[in-house]
Amino acid sequence: MVPELGHFALILAMLLALLQAFFGIAGPALGRDRWVAATLSAVAGQFVMVSTAVGCLILSFVNFDFSVRYVAENSNSALPLFYRIAALWGAHEGSLLLWIMLLACWTLAVAIGTTRLPPRFAARVLGVLGFLSFGFLLFTLVTSNPFLRLEPPAADGIDLNPLLQDPGLATHPPVLYTGYVGLAVAFAFACAAMLEGRTDPAWARWTRPWATAAWTFLTCGITLGARWSYYTLGWGGYWAWDPVENASFMPWLVATALIHSLAVTDKRGLFKSWTLLLAIVGFSMSLVGTFLVRSGVIVSVHSFAADPSRGTAILIFLTIAIGSALGLYAWRAPTLRSNGGFELAARESFLLFNNILLVIAAATVFGGTIAPLIADTLGQGALSVGAPYFKPTFLLPILPLLALLSIGIHANWKRGRLGDSRGALFTTLALACALGLAVVLGAYSGRQILSYVGVALGIWIILSSLVDPIDRWRRKLTLSRAVVGMTLAHIGVAVVVIAISLVESFTVERDIALAPGQSARVGSYDFRLLSVRPVEGPNYSAERGAVVVSRNGRTITTLFPEKREYWVRQQVGTAAGIKNEYGTDLFVALGDDLGAGRWSMRAQVRPLIALLWLGPAVMALGGFCALSDRRYRLARAGAQERAGVGPTERPA
Amino acid sequence: MSSNEAQTARGRLSFNRFLIPIAVFMLLATVLAVGVKHSPDVGVIHSPLIGKPAPVWSLPLLADARRSFGSQNLRGQWYVLNVWGTWCYACRDEHQSLLAIAQHTAVPIIGIDWRDDDAQARSWLAQLGDPYATVATDHDGRLAIDWGVYGAPETFLVNPSGVVLFKQIGPMTPAVWQKEFASRLPPGLARGHS
Repeated sequence: MVPELGHFALILAMLLALLQAFFGIAGPALGRDRWVAATLSAVAGQFVMVSTAVGCLILSFVNFDFSVRYVAENSNSALPLFYRIAALWGAHEGSLLLWIMLLACWTLAVAIGTTRLPPRFAARVLGVLGFLSFGFLLFTLVTSNPFLRLEPPAADGIDLNPLLQDPGLATHPPVLYTGYVGLAVAFAFACAAMLEGRTDPAWARWTRPWATAAWTFLTCGITLGARWSYYTLGWGGYWAWDPVENASFMPWLVATALIHSLAVTDKRGLFKSWTLLLAIVGFSMSLVGTFLVRSGVIVSVHSFAADPSRGTAILIFLTIAIGSALGLYAWRAPTLRSNGGFELAARESFLLFNNILLVIAAATVFGGTIAPLIADTLGQGALSVGAPYFKPTFLLPILPLLALLSIGIHANWKRGRLGDSRGALFTTLALACALGLAVVLGAYSGRQILSYVGVALGIWIILSSLVDPIDRWRRKLTLSRAVVGMTLAHIGVAVVVIAISLVESFTVERDIALAPGQSARVGSYDFRLLSVRPVEGPNYSAERGAVVVSRNGRTITTLFPEKREYWVRQQVGTAAGIKNEYGTDLFVALGDDLGAGRWSMRAQVRPLIALLWLGPAVMALGGFCALSDRRYRLARAGAQERAGVGPTERPA
Repeated sequence: MSSNEAQTARGRLSFNRFLIPIAVFMLLATVLAVGVKHSPDVGVIHSPLIGKPAPVWSLPLLADARRSFGSQNLRGQWYVLNVWGTWCYACRDEHQSLLAIAQHTAVPIIGIDWRDDDAQARSWLAQLGDPYATVATDHDGRLAIDWGVYGAPETFLVNPSGVVLFKQIGPMTPAVWQKEFASRLPPGLARGHS
């Protein structure tokens, strides 16, 4: 009964989404205000129905209803409650449902947050979101219904994929998807502006908080994923340039470009058509990312839910959604004109460089990701693109971007008078070079040029970011939360740059084979294997090693790496033993039993990896801080009067 | 639109520029479409065992755990090796197909009861019917590891010289039997003697 209720709710949600799309787009176009008003009811109805469907699926998981195929395929009577609930998005069908649920949440938030915008514009935004919801709901119901029954019911489930049985499953997918789906809001605002034929930059002001929110969630989601892979995949990597990782990184790069270009459009009325294009491309990257993950066209460690037959359906939806948005763009963008120019050293040109370099970075990642597909299309056979391509090509646009960030922070809008801040510019640069040298040569006695450049750039960004806030604070001027947020986000970027530079250069990694009682030296630490003993988990049995780590004879900690065998799926999983010591991670993963009590192990000493998690946290904090700025709310309050007088309110 | 002429003049000049994104996208969509068309091959898990001698195995019989059975007993003949378990619901799906196939073929189907309880397995076969010529039990999953079994059910076809010719991942169906197994067997065996 419960699964049927969920199925029915999903069908109703799809019909309501269709109504939402129709009223939201046709209402303003035909000038029918009652249709415009009806859009809101459709939004509320769709939200209730999608929530009901999600609730039904959760209930089926909680109650061990193995007559539901999806539940039987992704849980087991021995699976703990926590994972039974998180198993909701453990495979294809459920993660689509999660996507739909989050889209419904964003849509509701947009409906509530746009009450002060012109009703027709808000309706158009909701209409576009309704169209996207409809597409995803139709796709789910036709190809990936999570509520299908099994006949006869299974006696027990075949368990959740062991790789996913990690606390990371509870946080990484929902947060990352919140970011992915949030880009749909920016997309919808851009489409609404084009549908309406707006030529003023007001839409950019209205879009800014939504784009910032999506960017913040994307930042958190990607970091949680990197952390998860670091702790669970067993070999201590946080980033592998895997197609699916790239699929989350490309939208982030474009979203970063978008929040900067929205600022220019909002403040100066420039880059109008470019900003529109970025808003479209950002969400397109999310859709293409979903397609790559879900269709199985690119083989990846993450494509645990791949199914080629579904690829076609996503591709059709993707082509309609992105194709019509780009068509709309080709039609409307030529009518947009920028008024007013700017000088070469003005803030606008730095943000223009920011955009160009970020888009180039996204393009290099995209090119590497789909290169195997292109080779296949041209009949060139199998091609594999990995870190040797991505690392150098990605650095090419990113290093100048970081340098320009340090300079651009000092630039003013419109006028190119960098001369005023020349003092600060050179002081911070000199200080950064000296500090970078001290860190790399002093603390690590290393000679890698790249790590030096990275550390110096990072320090330079932090110092430059702080010049203006400190100056304002000394002159007792107030700092808006938007400025504080921007400063924090830039410092977060710098922390990540420093962390990657040091982690990549000064990690010591050794594959060792030890018998109990033996020890091996890794960096300046001694790893001694005490014992390897069998232990039992709730749904797995494991070999647990005890490894004592010491430095100069002083014991620091004991690590307990596990090699788990999950009963139902017969799959082997690793849980690394990790201990953080003043920012340095001591890491050991258990490999294979070599016989005679000897075990192979991978031991790593990773300095300052803690900074790699701290940096994005600071960036996200900056994002939330900017979101809480009063100006966004005031902008919304003032929007109605302005739009009332403006010449832009006319049926398309 | 205000200042119509200026707008259209400008539009005519720069219209192409704004068509670039959609052109690029269409090109990309084509590449993705080709990718989707080719992808069924990519998704298939190729077993390294195909065309290679089957791993040597010997396991206790389900009927009598004191006696063992293995590749020794099957030397010089065709056989089908089916890995199953009572805990595996897809095995229940394929059980009817196996019963039907066993009726029509002379090739022995050897069942490997994987990580299972013997008593449960016996009552399962008593209840649903027994398509197997022989059932051996793989309690600790050793055969499954040697043969590279991803998950039950999986079915292998082995020829008289002990070479693995085909591996079916997932439930056996009459269609799969006809297409992949019967076609590889000598005609007399595929049809059966009955």
